Amino acid sequence: MSPPLVEVSAISRSYAMRSGMFGRSTAVHAVDGVSLTIRKGEILGLVGESGSGKSTTGRIVLGLEPPDRGEVRFDGKPMAAPGTAAWRAQRARMQMIFQDPLGALDRRLPVAAQIREPLDIHGVGTIAEREDRVRELLRAVELTPAHGARYPGALSGGQRQRIVLARALATKPDFLVCDEPVSALDVSIQAQVVNLLCDLQAQLGLTLLFISHDLRVVRQISNNVAVMYLGRIVEIGSADDLFARPEHPYTQALVSASPAPGRRSAGRIVLAGDPPNPAARPQGCAFHPRCPRAIARCASEVPALSSVGGDRQVACHLVSGAETREAA
Amino acid sequence: MTPLVSIEGLSVAFNGVPVLRGVDLALGKGEALGLVGESGSGKSVTWLAALGLLPRHAKVSGSVRLDGRELLGAPASELDQVRGGRVAMIFQDPASALNPVLTIRKQLCEALALHRNLSGEAIKAEALRLLNLVGIPDAGRRLSAYPHEFSGGQVQRIMIAMAVAGNPDLLIADEPTTALDATIQAQILELLSTIRREMSMALVLISHDLGVVAENCDRVAVMYAGRIVEQAPSNQLFADPVHPYAQGLIGALPPLDGPRRRLTAIPGTVPDPAHMPSGCAFAPRCTLAAEPCALAAPPLAPIAEDRVVACIRAEASRHALLGIAAE
Repeated sequence: MSPPLVEVSAISRSYAMRSGMFGRSTAVHAVDGVSLTIRKGEILGLVGESGSGKSTTGRIVLGLEPPDRGEVRFDGKPMAAPGTAAWRAQRARMQMIFQDPLGALDRRLPVAAQIREPLDIHGVGTIAEREDRVRELLRAVELTPAHGARYPGALSGGQRQRIVLARALATKPDFLVCDEPVSALDVSIQAQVVNLLCDLQAQLGLTLLFISHDLRVVRQISNNVAVMYLGRIVEIGSADDLFARPEHPYTQALVSASPAPGRRSAGRIVLAGDPPNPAARPQGCAFHPRCPRAIARCASEVPALSSVGGDRQVACHLVSGAETREAA
Repeated sequence: MTPLVSIEGLSVAFNGVPVLRGVDLALGKGEALGLVGESGSGKSVTWLAALGLLPRHAKVSGSVRLDGRELLGAPASELDQVRGGRVAMIFQDPASALNPVLTIRKQLCEALALHRNLSGEAIKAEALRLLNLVGIPDAGRRLSAYPHEFSGGQVQRIMIAMAVAGNPDLLIADEPTTALDATIQAQILELLSTIRREMSMALVLISHDLGVVAENCDRVAVMYAGRIVEQAPSNQLFADPVHPYAQGLIGALPPLDGPRRRLTAIPGTVPDPAHMPSGCAFAPRCTLAAEPCALAAPPLAPIAEDRVVACIRAEASRHALLGIAAE
């Protein structure tokens, strides 16, 4: 097994939110004690609904935001302090891709110039070498130099996301955080970008944290998957196994909620209640008010993430150890 | 049986650029029809045009009949009876469809007064019944709340309540769950199908999500570049798609179980409406395209009972699919 590249231990992050102009501010626990290990060359999928803290986790992992508690180690070393030369060198090795490519690109600059920018910032090679690298990157994302001369407005959504991908790869990073990279794209274009991402990952041996609400896309890309609910990881395991045999009641509901062609919705688990509000997290297990199987203990005691055999870990009082698994 | 709605040769052009190029569609009473296709394929425009909701500069031609009565070019007074009354519509972004400065009661009662001629206590009782129907907890108290006090899923429930306020024969749901989380999407879809059954209402579900459409509709029409390219009962379409575009859409969807396979992406992008290729609009992206494809746009032709496809390579495409299956 390859050594870990990214080690996240017990990170937490909360924000102060004020309701109304004079309201008292309340703490919103966006991420609460999340630990993850991503090995070199591994693709870890992070799924969850809006407000589950998956994007905040991604930002903390990249060092775009400091955690309140906990630590992120990259390649065995703790993250350098922001703004220092060491931080800059580390940041060149990790990049991010966002959902909205148009928002991530400068509309008034030809896209080739934007792909080149990280090379200029990190002082990679001579001017001529940088030009070569831009052409090489455009080819890698299956675009032509003619595309590079265009402005973002003259490209389609899928092409823009390819440009963002090319720019992220410019500094030859080891680690990419992709936050909903294909969610804004149509199905057929989504498939093109997913295939491209898989190819590039295999060619370059990239390590990926792939954040998405789309279970299908996550399963297609990832080796392992972590499911988040209200700032905590509730289940983690290998992608095929997790979606085939979800253990946590929330993962079960998520998998069952994913519509599939050729299957009628009979037997679907439809969760009662509203989407969770991070500002008013329930006591005990955050999922218990919506959980069809909740017991008294769930309302008082936070379940810890524990191994249930194999590489699966689940945070649920009802799923603890192999006995329960066989009994169920 | 006469269909509830029949659309024939519906075409729409914005500033001389055709976006809808001859749509034929019929919908029976109480039927659930799905409309899938990528952005810009004309799914929404079809129904906006049918209900006369497009801006004035849009040029609309063809025919849209509701119970045999022509809607295109009908006087505004007649359309007002149809819109919200016999045909209701809900949209992707429910929050922007409600007035933020009026209470839910005001907005529900407005719809009821307009389409049901209710007044006084009857209208209030009906508003309460509707809110209960769509599963808003504590409906009596929540009637005096404003839209921002509800969550996204609840706002969509309120939109559904307003839409069914006029006891419509047809509900057009345009991407009703796209902005919602997966578990909330499941709730809303279940609500829609329950209400449809109880009110024996026809439903048009517009979505880019094939899974959503497959599970909730009897029949599915696939649109591409302003035309319907295939129409079939949902189970048949997903088991055995014939049009290369429909095949591509289904192949591009990552599976949730079974072995992982490389996705079959459709190459290229949707054509620009202002520079439509001659002949079949899908030909430039089609792996099966032959010379005659560029000559004329193929008409929708029946290939089996209840199934129509607009592709002159339909036979070849079916063989190609069977070939893959046989391997």
